[in-house]
Amino acid sequence: MNQIYNDPIGHWVVVTVAIALLLFVVLTATAYTVWFERVALGHIQRRPGPNRVGPWGLLQLAADGVKLAFKESFVPAETDKLLFVIAPTIAVAAAFLSWAVIPIGLWYNVQYWIADVNVGVLLIFAFSSLNVYAIVIGGYASNNKYSLLGGLRSAAQLISYEMALGLSLVPTFMIVGSLRLRDIVDYTVHWGWYNGPIPLILLTPIGFVIYLMAAVAETNRAPFDLPEAEQELIGGFLTEYSGLKFVMYYLAEYINMITVSALAALLFFAGWYLWIVPPILAFLLKIVLFLFLYIWLRGTFPRLRYDMLMRLGWKVLLPLAIANVIVTGIVLVATQG
Amino acid sequence: MSDSEKTAGTPPPQPSAASGEGGRPEHPEPLRRPGEALPGKPEGARSSVAGDVAALAGGLKTTLTEFFRPQVTLGYPEDKSPRSERYRGRHYLRRYDNGLERCIGCELCAAACPVGCILVIAAENTDENRVSPGERYAKTYEINMLRCIFCGYCEDACPVQAIVLGPEYELSDTSREKFIYTKEKLLEPLPPDVQARLDTKGPK
Repeated sequence: MNQIYNDPIGHWVVVTVAIALLLFVVLTATAYTVWFERVALGHIQRRPGPNRVGPWGLLQLAADGVKLAFKESFVPAETDKLLFVIAPTIAVAAAFLSWAVIPIGLWYNVQYWIADVNVGVLLIFAFSSLNVYAIVIGGYASNNKYSLLGGLRSAAQLISYEMALGLSLVPTFMIVGSLRLRDIVDYTVHWGWYNGPIPLILLTPIGFVIYLMAAVAETNRAPFDLPEAEQELIGGFLTEYSGLKFVMYYLAEYINMITVSALAALLFFAGWYLWIVPPILAFLLKIVLFLFLYIWLRGTFPRLRYDMLMRLGWKVLLPLAIANVIVTGIVLVATQG
Repeated sequence: MSDSEKTAGTPPPQPSAASGEGGRPEHPEPLRRPGEALPGKPEGARSSVAGDVAALAGGLKTTLTEFFRPQVTLGYPEDKSPRSERYRGRHYLRRYDNGLERCIGCELCAAACPVGCILVIAAENTDENRVSPGERYAKTYEINMLRCIFCGYCEDACPVQAIVLGPEYELSDTSREKFIYTKEKLLEPLPPDVQARLDTKGPK
């Protein structure tokens, strides 16, 4: 199966099919992530969540989607119309692009990817940083003070946490010696009688903790959802957006959630390896658990104040991440020479 | 603990006395009066990372416990909350067991109604056309349900217990005209449980 990527024509066929398939899968997964979130949040608050449209409310998102798609495509007066329309497009495009380099283990020796880039993780960071443009441009183009403030907050927040996020993964790269996501998942150890892949969280637990917090901030999710902060900023950068343009931002947020969850599974929990569980199920299970963690955090913690957010990012996570890199380096040199 | 109770009525103890060992506040906390400052942290007490993480974990544990507890939501149209058996919903006009209407067209219900939503036009009973046992019967009996406040005064005023308020409360409809309940609608048979209740302990 993997050899087909080396054949010039077969490569393009596979990639085209993969893109179409992935688009469909990611869109569907996003819809059901929203459903999952609403149901899980409901259960946390001891109510059922959506349960009217279709069995267990599974078609709720279809109903919502149709409703939003038929809304008037409204652009406020006195705005930069081009930027106003482009901003959500950037968000959704950047969110989808990350999936180009994420490999998915289908079966024991069959993996599936669009591009097997040797700097995969770096590319994902590049794409996820594009999201800040979407939010800042959207906030600027809306010609609304709340939108602008939301956009500015978002820019500051993403810059603060991007560094911690990147640094939290450096120990992983140092241990594995590669930025290719497949190599990281396939990282094997030879510990006595055990030969095989291990969840890298065993080797970089602190990196995982930093990644977890920074990733929540990076995707603008509660408790770090200051850019949209309903109470004080109406809807932040989303204030002026409605209909399909709103859907694009919403979609981007949830795709990013899935991306970050998949990345956590790949980088820290051995991706699709889980004892004898079929790889695709193992991978899905790990992603769903991470998504649940996200929702759980949202259902538990109140939003951070802005100065607390900045303090956590710059004075706690960043020094911790740097220390983690240094300590890992020392340990690696000491053990491997 | 008894320290704070003993000093009830006097200003609460100083911050240093209010906090127990290890910088954790004693429980139950002493009552604070409005405008009074929160007791400060004792000297040397610092928020520890372990304490903060424990607090976060406590919050997560609470939400997870709630996640698995039974829901409190009623799926309304399917599951309805129980009503008192004396609940006052829509009106019914009753009949005697022999099929004659109870209503004698006296208009006391219309007189008692605080919002004037009942219209009764009476007519004489004749031997050929006997509708109720009395001298007269209600030729027209209409209730404007849009005006009705479901106070139940009509039921109290009725000398022959002809009108009762039943248990139905889902009365929404699509046009104003449909809210004028005529005799035809009001004479619908009572729900069996209401009928049984009226037969045993209701107005005879």
